[in-house]
Amino acid sequence: MSDYAIEAHGLVKHFGSTRAVDGIDLEVPAGTVYGVLGPNGAGKTTAVRMLATLLRPDAGTARILGHDILREADTVRSLVGLTGQYASVDEDLTGAENLMVLARLYGFSRPAARRRGADLLEAFDLTEAASKQVKTYSGGMRRRIDLAASLVMSPAVLFLDEPTTGLDPRSRNDVWDIVRVLVDDGATVLLTTQYLEEADQLANRIAVVDHGKVIAEGTATELKSSVGSGSVQLRLADPSRRDEAARIVAGLLGEPDAVSLSPDPAALSARIDSTADGSARAHQILPRLHDAGIHVPEFSLGQPSLDEVFLALTGQPTDTGQPTDTPQGSAAGQTAEEASS
Amino acid sequence: MSTTDNPTTATTSLRSAVSLENRPSRPSPVENTLTFAWRALLKIKHVPEQLFDVTLTPIIFTLMFTYLFGGAIAGDTSTYLQFLLPGILVQTVLIITVYTGFTLNTDITKGVFDRFRSLPIWRPAPIVGALLGDTVRYTIASVITLGLGLILGYRPGGGVAGTLAAIALLLVFAFSLSWIFTIFGLLMRTPNAVMGVSMLILMPLTFASNIFVDPATMPSALRAFVDVNPVTHLVTAIRGLMGGGAQLSDVVWVLVASAALTLVFAPITMRLYRTKS
Repeated sequence: MSDYAIEAHGLVKHFGSTRAVDGIDLEVPAGTVYGVLGPNGAGKTTAVRMLATLLRPDAGTARILGHDILREADTVRSLVGLTGQYASVDEDLTGAENLMVLARLYGFSRPAARRRGADLLEAFDLTEAASKQVKTYSGGMRRRIDLAASLVMSPAVLFLDEPTTGLDPRSRNDVWDIVRVLVDDGATVLLTTQYLEEADQLANRIAVVDHGKVIAEGTATELKSSVGSGSVQLRLADPSRRDEAARIVAGLLGEPDAVSLSPDPAALSARIDSTADGSARAHQILPRLHDAGIHVPEFSLGQPSLDEVFLALTGQPTDTGQPTDTPQGSAAGQTAEEASS
Repeated sequence: MSTTDNPTTATTSLRSAVSLENRPSRPSPVENTLTFAWRALLKIKHVPEQLFDVTLTPIIFTLMFTYLFGGAIAGDTSTYLQFLLPGILVQTVLIITVYTGFTLNTDITKGVFDRFRSLPIWRPAPIVGALLGDTVRYTIASVITLGLGLILGYRPGGGVAGTLAAIALLLVFAFSLSWIFTIFGLLMRTPNAVMGVSMLILMPLTFASNIFVDPATMPSALRAFVDVNPVTHLVTAIRGLMGGGAQLSDVVWVLVASAALTLVFAPITMRLYRTKS
């Protein structure tokens, strides 16, 4: 048997004349986080719904821990947990009742189901809201109860469909921490996201999906190096000197196109060739600006962001438009290692 | 950085919660179904508004028809009440059956149903359980209608046994009829569409029947419809059981119709449920 927790070959799903999923292959090693990254409508959710036995593929096969999603659907259902906009909890019931209903469905006795619910509520910091209806929960609490609901049976494989969409940064970090703990504990997580930073932060490997197809696959680092360049990010103390700084950087790199101005009036970034020469020139930037009397309180040098990767792969920018999606270069490189540790 | 700056007690309890030691064995289909029925009751507890029309509709209809039309139709209101009450009972319960489809569709649009579909449970359990939970609503409505009737002066000639048998028969038929509305619940886009279409079907079925008046006074075309309308047969059987002197053939007809409804529409519902995308 293979070591893959999730294996999919040539999955296809049509809706009318639209090929929502157009031949997706995935191989997810057990005990890792796998990111499926793509814009809205790329087919991520449809793919997850097929893997979780909610939707019958038109073509292709998939196995979860060696069990075929069609022929052994029931076994697959006992192994996976699912959280997404479409697999939700009952808003009319309280948090405790929702978990208890699920625990009873899995076969816990009444007292055991109550205990299981209480344990999960505590683990997800929801004890105080246990007897409140879920419709009164905040966005972050709501996402935590959804996650708790998918963990009632401690599934070996967890599908998280856009787990942090619409969450504030703090709640998002809570969800990320939860995912890290789960994987640490041996679970396999497949996570779909349109946030590049999220895949970068959490996933050991990433599949970039567009128009129902995987257009690139690899670790965050591999994806970035496939683009063939790095980048430098600068933030100036005095925005009025940005044009001057841009000229200096462009001159130093010998390529005016490499410099781009950020929406932030004090910031600019530049593409760096991934050659020894490119890197050497990049290191000249800071002293050169210093000589010109331009104060640079923030400077980072690193691999390109996944935003840039997506742009390079599809020729189109992602339309997520969230400022948090663009991790600073150095931070991105660092966290790819963290996620795999 | 966003990473774990505080590996708090929350993380510890999360770790212990995810490392589940005693995994329960898989429950039986009956247990699964009862859990869903329990869920339906929890929903009634949290959203008691859903009982408003269950309670108000029969009260309004009984009072309105008895005192507004009763005298004109039957000569005096108490004679009419004696005729009307079993029919109102049927109408009340049948109208509530459309909520089955409405609730199911709400679960689908809110994403609750996909969670259930992703669980390793007996597949029909969510629907059968919901239908069982609905019988609680039917029972409440029956008790209210009957109670009001008794206050207004209705006296069941069939006694307690006949009345209980009538309600039981009505619940069986309502449960079977609900399978039609579960189909609407699975096919339509919004809960309100389910409601609208279901009412469109139920209104003619309940009014063009023998619930309110004796069909003998109707034009022949309408009477032909009333005679084949299953609601008419149901009302005849219920009226017989409550008033005393029920024909066995009427009761058997209702039981056969219930079985037929279930045998035809339950498999269609389950097929739609399995292949729902």
